[in-house]
Amino acid sequence: MENKKILKSGEFLVEETEAKNVFIPEEFNEEQKMIAQTCQDFLETEIYPKLDEIDTGKHEIMVAALKKAGELGLLGIAVPEEYNGFGQNFVTQMLAAETIGAGYSFSVAFMAHSGIGTLPIAYYGNDEQRKKYVSKLATGELIGAYCLTEPNAGSDANSGKTQAKLSEDGKHYIMNGQKMWITNAGFADLQTVFAKIDNDRCLSAFIVERNYPGVVINVDEKKMGIKGSSTAQIFYNDVKVPVENLVGARGEGFRVALTILHMGRIKLGANVLGAAKKAINDSVRYANERKQFGVLISTFGAIKHKLAEQVIKTFAIESAVYRVSSDIDDLIEQNKKSGMDKGRVSIEAISHYAVEAAILKVYSSEVLDFVVDEAVQIYGGMGYSAEMTVEKGYRDSRINRIFEGTNEINRLLVSDTAMKKAMKGEFDLFGIAEKLSANLSNIAEKKNSNENYYAEKKRYIRNFKKVALLAINAATKKFDKKLISEQEVLNNISDIMMEIYIGESTLLRVEKLETLKGNEGVKIYKDMLDVLVFDSAEKVRKSAVDAFSAIEDNVDKLINAVNDLTDVLSVNIKNARRRVADKLIEDNKYKF
Amino acid sequence: MKILVCISNVPDTTTKIKFTNNGTSFDKTDVQWIINPWDELALTRAMDIKDASGGAIESVTVINVGLADSEPTIRKALAIGADKGIRINAEPKDSYFVAAQLAEVLKKESFDIILCGIESSDFNSSCTGGMLSELLDVPSVSSVSFLNIENGQVKIKREIDGGNESVSTSVPFVGIVQKGIAIEPRIPSMRGIMSARTKPLQVFEPVQVDALVEYVNYELPQPKSACKKIEPENVKELVNLLHNEAKLI
Ligand SMILES: Cc1cc2nc3c(=O)[nH]c(=O)nc-3n(C[C@H](O)[C@H](O)[C@H](O)COP(=O)(O)OP(=O)(O)OC[C@H]3O[C@@H](n4cnc5c(N)ncnc54)[C@H](O)[C@@H]3O)c2cc1C
Repeated sequence: MENKKILKSGEFLVEETEAKNVFIPEEFNEEQKMIAQTCQDFLETEIYPKLDEIDTGKHEIMVAALKKAGELGLLGIAVPEEYNGFGQNFVTQMLAAETIGAGYSFSVAFMAHSGIGTLPIAYYGNDEQRKKYVSKLATGELIGAYCLTEPNAGSDANSGKTQAKLSEDGKHYIMNGQKMWITNAGFADLQTVFAKIDNDRCLSAFIVERNYPGVVINVDEKKMGIKGSSTAQIFYNDVKVPVENLVGARGEGFRVALTILHMGRIKLGANVLGAAKKAINDSVRYANERKQFGVLISTFGAIKHKLAEQVIKTFAIESAVYRVSSDIDDLIEQNKKSGMDKGRVSIEAISHYAVEAAILKVYSSEVLDFVVDEAVQIYGGMGYSAEMTVEKGYRDSRINRIFEGTNEINRLLVSDTAMKKAMKGEFDLFGIAEKLSANLSNIAEKKNSNENYYAEKKRYIRNFKKVALLAINAATKKFDKKLISEQEVLNNISDIMMEIYIGESTLLRVEKLETLKGNEGVKIYKDMLDVLVFDSAEKVRKSAVDAFSAIEDNVDKLINAVNDLTDVLSVNIKNARRRVADKLIEDNKYKF
Repeated sequence: MKILVCISNVPDTTTKIKFTNNGTSFDKTDVQWIINPWDELALTRAMDIKDASGGAIESVTVINVGLADSEPTIRKALAIGADKGIRINAEPKDSYFVAAQLAEVLKKESFDIILCGIESSDFNSSCTGGMLSELLDVPSVSSVSFLNIENGQVKIKREIDGGNESVSTSVPFVGIVQKGIAIEPRIPSMRGIMSARTKPLQVFEPVQVDALVEYVNYELPQPKSACKKIEPENVKELVNLLHNEAKLI
């Protein structure tokens, strides 16, 4: 992948990427596959036999599972070697997150501990803090939690009221306040707490040990799903936090919180991917066993449609998940060479991709909700039985649209962040958009006579990008600084951007796959791409039409242009879906 | 003492088996390969014995007859904890071929305890271990379900019809193990996986050996008819089905 240009976040809107420059999951090396297998073996021996027991919410069961994961080294995959970790690259971290993502409640406890519970200190802590805490978090000797949300500060995280005042002798911060919805709260030894020092405008981050006097942990919340993961409120009553427990600089906490959330969002993309594959495996196995009207239900077109949609959407998010993961690894390497502070090379690279992180968070969590919903449906009445894992999967999925920043917040971030970055001059967006908008009549790139399969699909994606640019131009012209309060329009633009990024990632993966699997081997993947792009065109069109109707200026011409730009040749998507479903049915598991 | 575990590289047990070339060869496309389950348990027991031996067991080595594509399986054994890997660079043809290749190498490299699985989950011919002991002219014990070293003595239990049999033997010997030898295979830890990278994996070229058995043709079993589930209370229906449909009673 030499000479690959590292794109700015959101720059995919105006740049094309070559297939040879994307990483695809078919390229995992032997060691990465072995790590994934270890995660899988762990789930099968330690978690799956105990799912119901875990969901009783008894802390000792979850703690024992976490410790066991620690013994295997799974809690230290992302932690540098100096601190008892294994310093794995980002792609490997994501592959592990994907595999563990099929672990229901355990997955949430695992990710909260090894991600948001450990990495703020690993990335922003000083050497002493890392030695003292991170090296024990990496092994599971200590369990971590991340405490940002408060009763009155959820989406508006910087508005928290928890306070830290320097003691008279200058040795402690005296912390007072309350946190809410804290994952692992019931048993975590260590909390990264975000609070404001005196009357600072911005948060600071602190390490608070569970047994500091004045830390009071409530009983666990009763939840819709992930019932085995502990979620509770924590109160801080005059808690003396040693001054050396401040993480990063004073006032840097909000940045810490945000960058860690970017990381959490990307990893959530991997997590839900694993959960989606698990739900698909459960779905197809049942469809291959259940008979009605004398035949297996997997022979019905309606069921094949569901199975195929589950697979295609999952394959698409998988393509995007590993594309961005490897882009992050490339940037980490570049950061290392630039002489950036060693502790921060990773988190800087991860948070660079804020737009893509938000895309993965929103799109993947919505795909998972779709997949688990259809899983229940394929099971029929059985899907409604609490004895079935698809029932658990259905309930457990829902949280993914709420935490790590709600999907509303993240959806807005997709378009808003890209535009902000462009405004700052990171790449040209508005100039290109304006030029494009000046000539609507011939805007759509038309079929080229000797265009091959991939060239055709790339042309579609380029046309979809033009739709996004037209919408960005029209919206900024119309609303200017008030655009931020036109959330519906911003969301339309975000939806278009998501279709583009997911579609492009899938296209590039299939194109690269052809070099590995050959013309024959890639046919089924082309079927998936056909369906995806066909559907995308409709979604892009609808989002754009909604946006332009709200903008009101030049509506007819813009809608005509959008119709041209989303005009894709029709393919027999019913047959394409059937072939995808038939492969799944034949393999009896997700094996794409 | 040194332990050697013979490992076979077999398709994952959930693989959908397909044949090509008119049913004369196994279709390897998209197959995931694993350590033969019996061998993996033998390795697990070997590691347990080594860990508890306080240094008396010097090393655990794994050996495989296979082409380069079986190296991931050998690396997995190294990740589980084996100290060294050996690969004999040949496509395994039949049990005799494999046993003869192993014997050839084992004449040069000495081991005290040589473990094999009782069968491999792909060809299930159950004779490599026995042939190997014969070729090496050392004792063999089959159906080993328990193995330990106590005061330098090898203690073995064998599963026999209706009970267990305790035996001891001198070293070197070939132990042919049953599933009971270990409860669960060891999961490779991150540390194990990382260190597998740097552990030695030696490759020997094969010697000229003719296979004794030729595979002529494979056939898949007839698909099973669907399983019928009957409510536990409904004994009448069960009897009826056993009588009239299955015709078993
Ligand atoms: C099971 C669980 C585990 C959690 N774990 C943790 C944890 O470990 N650590 C932690 O710090 N937090 C955690 N959280 C908190 C979680 O991150 C918050 O619930 C989430 O950020 C939303 O905040 P809120 O609940 O206050 O909702 P609110 O912010 O009140 O949102 C209510 C609704 O308004 C929408 N909304 C809010 N602001 C806007 C806006 N500007 N524009 C448009 N729509 C808006 C939201 O999208 C949502 O639909 C957890 C929550 C749950 C349920």
